[in-house]
Amino acid sequence: MSTASYQDQFAALASERKGPEWLPALRQAAMTRFAELGFPTTRNEDWHFTSVTPIAERTFKPVRAEKSSVTLDALSPYLFGAEDWHRLVFVNGRFDPALSMFAGLPAEVTVSTLADALKTQPELLVEELGKLAQYVEQPFTALNTAFMSDGVVIHVPADVVVEVPIHIVHVADSGAAGAALYPRTLVRADRHAQVTLVESFIGLDRATYLTNAVTELTVGEGAVVGHYKIQREAEDAYHVYTSQAIQAATSTYHAFSFASGSALSRTNIYTRLNGAGAEGRLNGLYCLDGSQHCDHQTFVEHIAPNCASRELYKGILDGSAHGVFNGKVYVDPEAQKTDGKQSNHTLLLSGTARIDSKPQLEIFADDVKCTHGATVGRLQDIALFYLKSRGISAVSARALLTYAFAAEVLETIEVDAIRLGLEALVFERFTNGVPA
Amino acid sequence: MLRISDLHASAGDKPILKGISLDVRAGEVHAIMGPNGSGKSTLAQIIAGHPGYEVTSGSISYEGEDLLDLDAEERAQRGVFLAFQYPVEIPGVTNAYFLRAAYNEIRKAHGEEEVDPIEFLDLVEEKLKLVDMDPAMLHRSVNAGFSGGEKKRNEILQMAVLAPKLAVLDETDSGLDIDALRIVANGVNALKRPTNATVVVTHYQRLLDYIIPDHVHVLAGGRIIRSGGKELAHELEAKGYDWLLEPAGVGA
Repeated sequence: MSTASYQDQFAALASERKGPEWLPALRQAAMTRFAELGFPTTRNEDWHFTSVTPIAERTFKPVRAEKSSVTLDALSPYLFGAEDWHRLVFVNGRFDPALSMFAGLPAEVTVSTLADALKTQPELLVEELGKLAQYVEQPFTALNTAFMSDGVVIHVPADVVVEVPIHIVHVADSGAAGAALYPRTLVRADRHAQVTLVESFIGLDRATYLTNAVTELTVGEGAVVGHYKIQREAEDAYHVYTSQAIQAATSTYHAFSFASGSALSRTNIYTRLNGAGAEGRLNGLYCLDGSQHCDHQTFVEHIAPNCASRELYKGILDGSAHGVFNGKVYVDPEAQKTDGKQSNHTLLLSGTARIDSKPQLEIFADDVKCTHGATVGRLQDIALFYLKSRGISAVSARALLTYAFAAEVLETIEVDAIRLGLEALVFERFTNGVPA
Repeated sequence: MLRISDLHASAGDKPILKGISLDVRAGEVHAIMGPNGSGKSTLAQIIAGHPGYEVTSGSISYEGEDLLDLDAEERAQRGVFLAFQYPVEIPGVTNAYFLRAAYNEIRKAHGEEEVDPIEFLDLVEEKLKLVDMDPAMLHRSVNAGFSGGEKKRNEILQMAVLAPKLAVLDETDSGLDIDALRIVANGVNALKRPTNATVVVTHYQRLLDYIIPDHVHVLAGGRIIRSGGKELAHELEAKGYDWLLEPAGVGA
């Protein structure tokens, strides 16, 4: 599988690229690295259960400039009824100010597009961009870094609390067919700052495209960052996403990943607990059917002592869907008193759905508490009978029990509108089209 | 109301019921007693439509319909209710939601309008008093982490809300202390109407001090070996089951 077509695309775009001089150098380094790495194969341990052949054998091209025809009405079902949130909308990779909403943020906070930030905050970008996400090791991160077109830069200075979530909405419609989208997000929350980021990936039309997104988050001392990723891409779309957080002492980072779209998706949620007493919570839910393939990899690096990590991922798999969960935990020799817990639970609704669940713990400190557990199960006949014996129809009973399975992880969502929205989504998804 | 005729049923290859016949009329309370393994719980579960048993011959008619032709939910919608011996825990679904979903599905089946959560809460709060339950229990997950007594009371609460025509109580007394037993029995008695019927399945006579049966049947080895009035229960309490089993030649 050749990387040559991407090198050609890169060369063709070079003349159009604008920005400070360090940026072309970063892009070039990333491009060179991607050419060396190539697309990952299943021989790569990190990609053992996920073949990206369908992505590698196609050539996704940069999106053509087209006027967006997406309306706010079309977008509305994806906004969690919270239309007062600060919102940046990108249609097929391009920022759309008309669909965006600039709600009242504290004056000290800056939220800008990557294109604007290159002009207005070059010093922040030179400090942070590409510093966390590992393009040297990760092919898709390298590709994103070489091609990143636009995105969002958020800076919350020390002691500032942003009350309303900041929602970044990446929408693709039929205009994205055959294209690769490379969104890039950068978040810096300084000491004792608080902010919640919501990243939605939405496919409005049936189209085959590739989203290859990268998000970097710097969580300062005592800062609290919520990070919700909602993946509802088109059913023929491909989706690869990597976020890397770094946490200073006593900070809290809560990442929640929801996935229900895309033919083939891979989500990497990584955090480095770099300062003592930091807490990382990584939760997620994936609801799949048909022939969907959805892979989550989490990586928690316990670098500093007295840090806690909590992970709960749940999957609901129907049809002949294939779910993958790979939870990696690394505990550094310095990270004494680490308290880590990881769980992955899967509900199989059909005989042909499949899950590969792989915990991976590397522990080099001796005074630590690290546990992991995984279960795979089906709806219990006795529970179905119990509900039916109360007059509840077979279809509703299945939906209710499926929803109940998801409830535990949905309860970890701290933004009410998102929790209620996803609860309804899960319930509806399994109320229709499930055999009685 | 309920007519069971020569019912044979098995679980897998194992025959459990070997010819049960029973008539239950509106307004009656029937007690089905018997030693462990006699098939009493199987009978209760078959009436409710448990998928784990196969009826090999015989019939059950309920209000003139072939009960065995109906799915479990259709039976419930027509007024059949089983209080489970082991109520199922459903973490993630609150009692309030569960009760309302069941209540509304039954209403829907009767062509009636669904009730909203506020209206429903009024209705439930009244029923809670009947079984002396804390309203806070409504907002806990169904049976999850409930004590044995709480689970049984929750069954009777469901019965009170759904107002069945035919209630089958499967070992509702097992694991209850005397106070809980009295509460559960009072609940059942308060729900008694001339138009509905109750079948109480129990091993012990104790519950029948509070819920007075019109008819008592002794089940052993998958057959009813003796039927009588309420005095039969007292006789069993005094003598145990053995005196009935030996002459009939049926081992438990």
